[in-house]
Amino acid sequence: MKNKYSIFSLIKNAFSDHENWQQAWGDPEPKKEYDAVIVGGGGHGLATAYYLAKKHNLTNIAVVEKGWIGGGNTGRNTTIIRSNYLWDASAGLYDHALKIWENLSQELNYNVMFSQRGVMNLAHNLQDVRDLKRRTHANRLNGIDAVWLETDEVKKFCPIINTSQNIRYPVLGGTLQRRAGTARHDAVAWGYARGANEMGVDIIQNCEVKGIKRNGDKVEGLETTKGFIKTKKIGVVAAGHSSVIANMAGIKLPLESKPLQALVSEPVKPIIDTVVMSNAVHAYISQSDKGELVIGAGTDSYVSYSQRGSHNIVEDTLKAILELYPIFSRMKMLRQWGGIVDICPDASPIISKTNIKGLYFNCGWGTGGFKATPGSGDLFAHTIANDEPHKLNAAFNLNRFVSGDLVDEHGAAAVAH
Amino acid sequence: MFLINCPFCGERDQNEFSSGGEAHIVRPKQPTELSDDQWAEFLFMRKNIKGVQFERWNHSHGCRKWFNVVRDTSNDKIHSVYKMGEKPPVK
Repeated sequence: MKNKYSIFSLIKNAFSDHENWQQAWGDPEPKKEYDAVIVGGGGHGLATAYYLAKKHNLTNIAVVEKGWIGGGNTGRNTTIIRSNYLWDASAGLYDHALKIWENLSQELNYNVMFSQRGVMNLAHNLQDVRDLKRRTHANRLNGIDAVWLETDEVKKFCPIINTSQNIRYPVLGGTLQRRAGTARHDAVAWGYARGANEMGVDIIQNCEVKGIKRNGDKVEGLETTKGFIKTKKIGVVAAGHSSVIANMAGIKLPLESKPLQALVSEPVKPIIDTVVMSNAVHAYISQSDKGELVIGAGTDSYVSYSQRGSHNIVEDTLKAILELYPIFSRMKMLRQWGGIVDICPDASPIISKTNIKGLYFNCGWGTGGFKATPGSGDLFAHTIANDEPHKLNAAFNLNRFVSGDLVDEHGAAAVAH
Repeated sequence: MFLINCPFCGERDQNEFSSGGEAHIVRPKQPTELSDDQWAEFLFMRKNIKGVQFERWNHSHGCRKWFNVVRDTSNDKIHSVYKMGEKPPVK
């Protein structure tokens, strides 16, 4: 049993110089066999394991991670959480996640620092205005909070925005989802890892999958750098490397992996208390609790696993940021990095069974997976445990690329996820 | 970011080019006879290789011609460049 984190445990441990904190999760060697193995120890993978154990009583399971948990895209994203998607299927999926976010810290007894500071999406041309207004109406029909703001209301909500109509891409208004916001990304992975480990889930780090053993159309286990692990169910949550695992199993996915970049500035005093996204100029910005400006840039246009990204992408984003926020003209950028995102042709994820029995994929989250972490884990756990999708992720199956029933969120949902 | 040696213009910044994705995906000769599965395979399914991949690129801010590139997607190193219709090099 894990000790409960509280103000009292904090005080108690202060007296022993914080040297006696209980280990949050173990570091076991893999067993010979598990009921299910999750490939990928990021937020989505750990959440999947957590809900498999919690809701479906599958506790003889493991999460295998090639690096360290939360060291991939979970620790590389810009931590934006929102659910204002256009289509019904997406609205259902992302709002399911948002509702879990609202109580996640309490549920996990781990402070994920979920902050509902609002997310504002700006419109810069007439088409943006029409699209965003349409999306606001669609959101409200789906029970998701959304309001349209005129330019002066945008300025009032976030005073540092340059709303002059004489700039290249003037602000013509925007939408606001007040329930949206940010969370501490590492804490999400750590909280789920601790919770899953408490229920008996083995979290095996530095364990890279090298092959998937199939017997006809069934899976039999995994070849890993820590030996063979026998299992009848494999849930792959490998983000940018999903295609690499799929190739091992001999199947193809409709994915392309591309570098997506983000950068943070030096820390400054509080200046922006919300998240502002702008698709037409592809720039989004928020401020972390440490005071750094967190800026998201776009993806490169080509397939790459290099975790770097091109300089011109960052340059374009910063040009847009400076035009919209002239106050930042002398800010120094501290760090820049890239993560590899797996993008689907319709910019919607895949949470699905495959033609191989016992092989499940949760991938294709592209540039916007972080916000969905709890919902994605919950629904993927349901899919693995019951060998059937939950009604909220039924539309996000692999077969939609054959049937043509795509969930086209490209541009419809605010491109910059 | 890297340089691409356009077979028509010479070495230029990648920024001048547009990626056309995986190369040598042959358009079906008799589209009317294709099943939905075959269409999905042609339209959407990609190898998305981590390693040496054959790709199409277009010099969109230069000569605007298409050509093929052999590139290692794990480190963005380009192995070779060849024109459309030419036989791809063996890797």
